[in-house]
Amino acid sequence: MKTSSENSNFNGLEPVEIEEINAEMSHYEDKAAVAIEAMKIVQKHRRWVSDQSLLAIAELLEIPTAQLEAMATFYNLIYRQPVGKTVIHYCDSVCCWMMGSDQLQESLCRYLNVELGGISADGEYTVLPIVCLGACDHAPVVMAGDELLLDVTENPVSRILGR
Amino acid sequence: METIDKPLTKNMCAGRAFATLADYESGGGYQGLRKAISSLSPQEVQQWVQNAQLRGRGGAGFNTGQKWSLVPMDADAAVIRYLIANADEMEPGTFKDRMLLEKDPHQLIEGMIIAAYAVQAHIAYIFLRGEYRLAAQRLETALLEARSKSYLGKHVLNSDFKLDIYLHTSAGRYICGEETALINALEGKRATPRAKPPYPLVSGLWGHPTVVNNVETLCNVPHILHYGVDWYLSLGRGADKGSKLFGASGRVKHPGLWELPMGTPIREIIEEHAGGMQDGYRLRGFLPGGASTDFLLPEHLDVVMDFDAVAKAGSRMGTGAIIVLDDKTCPVQMLLNLEQFFAQESCGWCTPCREGLPWTVTLLKAILAGHGRLEDIDTLAGLTRMMSPGNTFCALAPGAMEPLQSALKFFRADFEGYITGNRAVMESG
Repeated sequence: MKTSSENSNFNGLEPVEIEEINAEMSHYEDKAAVAIEAMKIVQKHRRWVSDQSLLAIAELLEIPTAQLEAMATFYNLIYRQPVGKTVIHYCDSVCCWMMGSDQLQESLCRYLNVELGGISADGEYTVLPIVCLGACDHAPVVMAGDELLLDVTENPVSRILGR
Repeated sequence: METIDKPLTKNMCAGRAFATLADYESGGGYQGLRKAISSLSPQEVQQWVQNAQLRGRGGAGFNTGQKWSLVPMDADAAVIRYLIANADEMEPGTFKDRMLLEKDPHQLIEGMIIAAYAVQAHIAYIFLRGEYRLAAQRLETALLEARSKSYLGKHVLNSDFKLDIYLHTSAGRYICGEETALINALEGKRATPRAKPPYPLVSGLWGHPTVVNNVETLCNVPHILHYGVDWYLSLGRGADKGSKLFGASGRVKHPGLWELPMGTPIREIIEEHAGGMQDGYRLRGFLPGGASTDFLLPEHLDVVMDFDAVAKAGSRMGTGAIIVLDDKTCPVQMLLNLEQFFAQESCGWCTPCREGLPWTVTLLKAILAGHGRLEDIDTLAGLTRMMSPGNTFCALAPGAMEPLQSALKFFRADFEGYITGNRAVMESG
């Protein structure tokens, strides 16, 4: 498990996080069902799910930590390591691959001077692969933060970063 | 009355970002629901959809009304049943549900209300993949609107039927599209598939009878109720009925998505709607229904998009998303990309899939790097048998083997070329 600066100053989930998680509980018979949403809520506030956050969520939902960890590590969009402010997911599935996703990834990492999965020096960006984003008629595609960008062929970096 | 031949996309007009509630209602929206609630019993709605011969659009092609009829319908009001819309669209090459969700969210909601009425479910979930952020926003808004107009709530359209629909957004994993894995995911468990039987129709979410239907399937339902079974039966061009969203991607001139009658020839989709191949590229083959379907060849272009017709040609209609292989893309490299996807997305639960898919990837990489042996081709063929239907817990690995087994048959010389040195090996392996 990774250590981070959060280890020393984690004081439990914030009231706003708990409130948002509790609001989801009314939708289900069993509060364990909120697990994915809870991790996404925590991630929205903290960018990633640290060990301490994971333990706190498991306690709140009254589920074994191992059950939650089995889910946390299962999903492409739950980050168990720190990430940059904006995560740039480039699609590496078949249609985008055919239309040049390998080159797209290289130019992104080169421009941001960041390794795949790492954080750029200014703390702004992380580049990660993602499976098919469901926009294959506009390949290659990228999801930068919440935004889906289509036909990212020319000047991909400036289009994504707006620079 | 005007002839409706593209019911699924009729509200998606140029210049309109998406159909609002007012747009949807003025296009005949929620009329099917009114008819169902006011004049038909749940069993009659099941029968209508069964008679319309609507087949599941997620790829399996099971008769939807017949599926609903297998749900135990005890009159006991305490019996809980669930309906789930499977919006976990992640089959590479497939982008049909995203359009339906983003551009006409009320169509899905109305379909879900009618389906829930037909099986007397009072809670329904939309299981949406986490990457579809715009779809999530539009669905949340549409659900609020539906509640405010009594399409949802304790008395749907002032009847005794009660229903609420909740949006569940997932966090990205292909296996969640498998209905029993989806149910585990929704319960807050690791999304591994469950043993069947019992089938979810009898024992699904938290042990209650649960119907899981694909988004596009549910979107057909309001129109069957509104315009009638005979109208729906008249839409198909071949054996299957209704219309469907068909896509084409890869090096075609105009990649896209079109609503066309079931039974449309593949040639028409690729050559007319997608405009044929880009200049300088020739058609070498295609996956007719997403990444987990067998390759077909140019000689199969006159096959029609019906479940049974594509099966007879040796593949599956799957999601109806055609991925085109051009003559300048190496099929072995394409296979490597496909198998890496499946190896990564395997849940790891059963041995043939957990071990077999990474082995497949290793062999393909070795072949592409020039380290392969001719026996590796036999080993790959052996893997397609080891991971064939019946040998694995769910359909993921057999699906992964479909493009491989057909590539070994159709593009064997490409594999051999890397091994015998007739073909330049990949620079990076």
